[in-house]
Amino acid sequence: MALMLRNQEHFLSKIATNNGHGEDSPYFDGWKAYDSDPYHHTKNPKGVIQMGLAENQLSFDLIQDWIMNNPRASICTAEGADDFKDIAIYQDYHGLPEFRNAIAKFMGKVRGDMATFDPDRIVMSGGATGAHETMVFCLADPGDAFLVPTPYYAGFDRDLRWRTGAQLVPVICDSSNNFTVTRDALEAAYTKAQEAKIKVKGLLITNPSNPLGTILDRETLKSIVRFTDEKNIHLVSDEIYAATVFKRPSFISIAEILEEQDMEGINRDLMHIVYSLSKDMGFPGFRIGILYSYNDAVVSCARKMSSFGLVSTQTQHLIASMLSDDHFVDKFIIESKHRLAKRHGVFTKGLEQVGIGSLESNAGLFFWMDLRRLLSEATVEAEMALWRIIIKEVKLNVSPGSSFHCSEPGWFRVCFANMDDETMRVALRRIKTFVLQTKGGQEASAKKQCRRQRLQVSLSFRRMEDIMMTPHLIMTPHSPICSSPLVRART
Amino acid sequence: MTQTRSDTESDSPEQTSTGMRLIVPLQGIVHGRGGLILGSLIPCAMFYFLQFYLKRHRSPPSEKPPPPPPSPSNSAANVAELPRTLSRSSLSLRGSAGHAHVSSRADSIARAGDSPYYVGLDRVLEDRYDELNNPNGIIQLGLSENTLSLDLIEEWLSKNLSDSILGGGLSISGIATYQPFDGLMELKVAMAGFMSRVMGRTVSFNPSQIVLTSGATPAVEILCFCLADHGNALLVPTPYYPGFDRDIRWRTGVELIPVHCRSSDNFSLSITALDQAYNHARKRGQKVRGVLITNPSNPVGNILTRETLCSLLDFAREKNIHIICDEVFAGSTFGNEEFVSMAEILDSEDSDKDRVHIIYGLSKDFSLPGFRIGVVYSSNENVLAASKRLTRFSSVSAPTQRLLIAMLSDTRFVEEYLQTNRKRIRTIHSLFVAGLKQLGIECIKSTGGLFCWVDMSRLIRPYSEKGELELWDKLLNKAKINATPGLACHCIEPGWFRCCFTTLREKDIPVVIERIRKVVETCKTI
Repeated sequence: MALMLRNQEHFLSKIATNNGHGEDSPYFDGWKAYDSDPYHHTKNPKGVIQMGLAENQLSFDLIQDWIMNNPRASICTAEGADDFKDIAIYQDYHGLPEFRNAIAKFMGKVRGDMATFDPDRIVMSGGATGAHETMVFCLADPGDAFLVPTPYYAGFDRDLRWRTGAQLVPVICDSSNNFTVTRDALEAAYTKAQEAKIKVKGLLITNPSNPLGTILDRETLKSIVRFTDEKNIHLVSDEIYAATVFKRPSFISIAEILEEQDMEGINRDLMHIVYSLSKDMGFPGFRIGILYSYNDAVVSCARKMSSFGLVSTQTQHLIASMLSDDHFVDKFIIESKHRLAKRHGVFTKGLEQVGIGSLESNAGLFFWMDLRRLLSEATVEAEMALWRIIIKEVKLNVSPGSSFHCSEPGWFRVCFANMDDETMRVALRRIKTFVLQTKGGQEASAKKQCRRQRLQVSLSFRRMEDIMMTPHLIMTPHSPICSSPLVRART
Repeated sequence: MTQTRSDTESDSPEQTSTGMRLIVPLQGIVHGRGGLILGSLIPCAMFYFLQFYLKRHRSPPSEKPPPPPPSPSNSAANVAELPRTLSRSSLSLRGSAGHAHVSSRADSIARAGDSPYYVGLDRVLEDRYDELNNPNGIIQLGLSENTLSLDLIEEWLSKNLSDSILGGGLSISGIATYQPFDGLMELKVAMAGFMSRVMGRTVSFNPSQIVLTSGATPAVEILCFCLADHGNALLVPTPYYPGFDRDIRWRTGVELIPVHCRSSDNFSLSITALDQAYNHARKRGQKVRGVLITNPSNPVGNILTRETLCSLLDFAREKNIHIICDEVFAGSTFGNEEFVSMAEILDSEDSDKDRVHIIYGLSKDFSLPGFRIGVVYSSNENVLAASKRLTRFSSVSAPTQRLLIAMLSDTRFVEEYLQTNRKRIRTIHSLFVAGLKQLGIECIKSTGGLFCWVDMSRLIRPYSEKGELELWDKLLNKAKINATPGLACHCIEPGWFRCCFTTLREKDIPVVIERIRKVVETCKTI
């Protein structure tokens, strides 16, 4: 394969042969581990649990019920078949009007009706992935750059740069202020780009944040809007997790900020929103991406580009019906938040019990776990070493902070909404066990551990887990501990 | 006798040689150290300002061709042909006015006039013909879609409801979650089977060589991203599908070099012409990465013979370039000629499998353009790997995949559909062509596609692009018929129009013919 590739390097394009797809990064080892050994309750209870995929599966039953009770919405039913002909033939890239209206209404609802959206500014794309890429194609030329606060979604490196030729300039945020995006950080990044003669075209924020799960407060948002306005650069707000805000404070969209009195002078041609139903409703398979721009030229251009990623009219039709059912939508939004809050609570509280903290968050399908204290040293290598242990021994595919370009090692993103309750319990148990075992190891002396280890080398981690399940057992220096290489390295 | 569009083409060398005529004497006049620099700078500046002046005084884009751009192909249909220097200057002007600057891609699409292809489509959206509600509306003959056999699909749906998106014991979690970006294997298997049937069952397709995309439009773009770099070129026989100008060139930056075909050969592909175009491109320093053909051809509707396909493969092998074969109309053939897929030619020529790539989709042959299903088919593992990764930006929606798996796996239904559809296309085609003949208008003899290539050259005055556009305008605004003029397809001979007839019912044909008759009469009286 490698040989063929070398011969083909001149036969194919640079895009086909370079690493822009990002799949060669070590980050994908976790995925490979999961793919080769996926967890299953009965068939593979010792397999790897997927906690690296931000998918929302908690409220499928609500959707299923609705579809069953509304056969008209699906053109594959007796009631809905009448619409089939018109739907199957419709290929206008404006999208079905009822679809755009329904999306506009839904976006408003999700933002607590604090902002209204114009259906004519809604443009379709192939998922949020397609929306991001199209946005960059419309706003930037090859070589131009976007500022992106760290930590950020790993996929941006590929989606925003691969075919567009654009660059990303990180805006460093750290835990000292809970990773807030400060004016200083923005200015520093902007200046750095200018010194390197890189043309900054815009700023991309993800709000609610992936991987942090936090939302930006009003003052920060205003400060960001003022910054981009002053520098005359675009502001793209990725709001795909807007409906996953499960507890106060409430979500504030830039759409709402723009309506405020003191924001009247802001140039709206610089404002754009990326949205999708993949996270809020749990429909990644449907491939519904939305671009919303206040700039007419961008809407027009993006709409023409949407030919490369139109949403299937069958799906448009279904979604239009679903989202027009106000009663269902209201119920869904509330119930989904409730379930997310519960799941989030179970995990974060469970981890607190073993002394593991996470960033205080109120949104998203994940939380930002703090394992800095378990690192042998505050380096990326130590983080990767710890991560490999978590993959191989704890059998959890969590995502290391370095894959999100986090400036501080030791943070991990843990997704919790893509599994059922049973799997969640198993996952939590595994994390707790691992943490306790690691901490227990830290207490005992190294030499004793090594000697014990030779005797007990056959004891597997899994056995340890079973023992730990019974709550009355306590850790003693004599308990069969498999000494992890991490512990050995420390002492 | 047949004129070509070379009058405007000749302006281009004119202008550059004028430039040279200025530079050389100036270099002579301005002596000394600065002589060479000033002698080059001044005429360059003058040239620059001349372009600027021309651009300012350019007439509305949809009517007249733009000022001579660098590329040889030159018609009003060019979407983004402004010279680079011009677009940059305009951008900086906008910046100083406090405008938010968008990318040059966005800029070019906003400022370039739309080709008559898109203008016509937009007009129909505003004023579509409806027998009852809008009898004076515009009849759409400019969009190649097929509604003749939708009833068959509707009937299948009503009989097979258990295969709806949530039938058959499948829960929503099986559909709504992330799926492989290049499509479910079950759909690939069903699609491979369908493609084989469509192409006469003389060739089989391997499901693992299929990458599914949301329509043939992204499929073509993805292939171009894989096979060519920004600034490279593809040879394309003319006339060609107007959408290629946007779909292929826009974001990839890949150029399309037209290889002109003529009515004297029935607009069939000539390898000699391909060779000439290739050599000219090389002389200009342009790197040709492949040939893009459509078979059955759009807009002409003819089918490439086995011999032509073999010769084409020989040509590609000799130059070490790719072949992209767009076969979206393969199932829409209605004559007695056999359709030969490029895949079939390959079967016997193993060594070339890395250079041949096929595009397919369900928009034309299966009447489902709204559902967005396209295929990239290739034996080149690297192209497949890259396409799989690229298709994450344009995946097929999961409920649609489920529906199609059920539909395409019903092989009895598929066979019945394909046969009935072909018969219906043939019937309408004969009626339409006969109707035009009554008006003294001939069409190219074609056996495939959803359209015919109509010769209205005797009706245009003058015999040029201008005359053709005037006729197009008359047809659109007086006869209220939207047909696609040849210049939108880069046809070298003026007066040809593409008319799609597969959205017409038999009773609509007399209406269409009557409307065209009125325009024909007015043309004859001039």
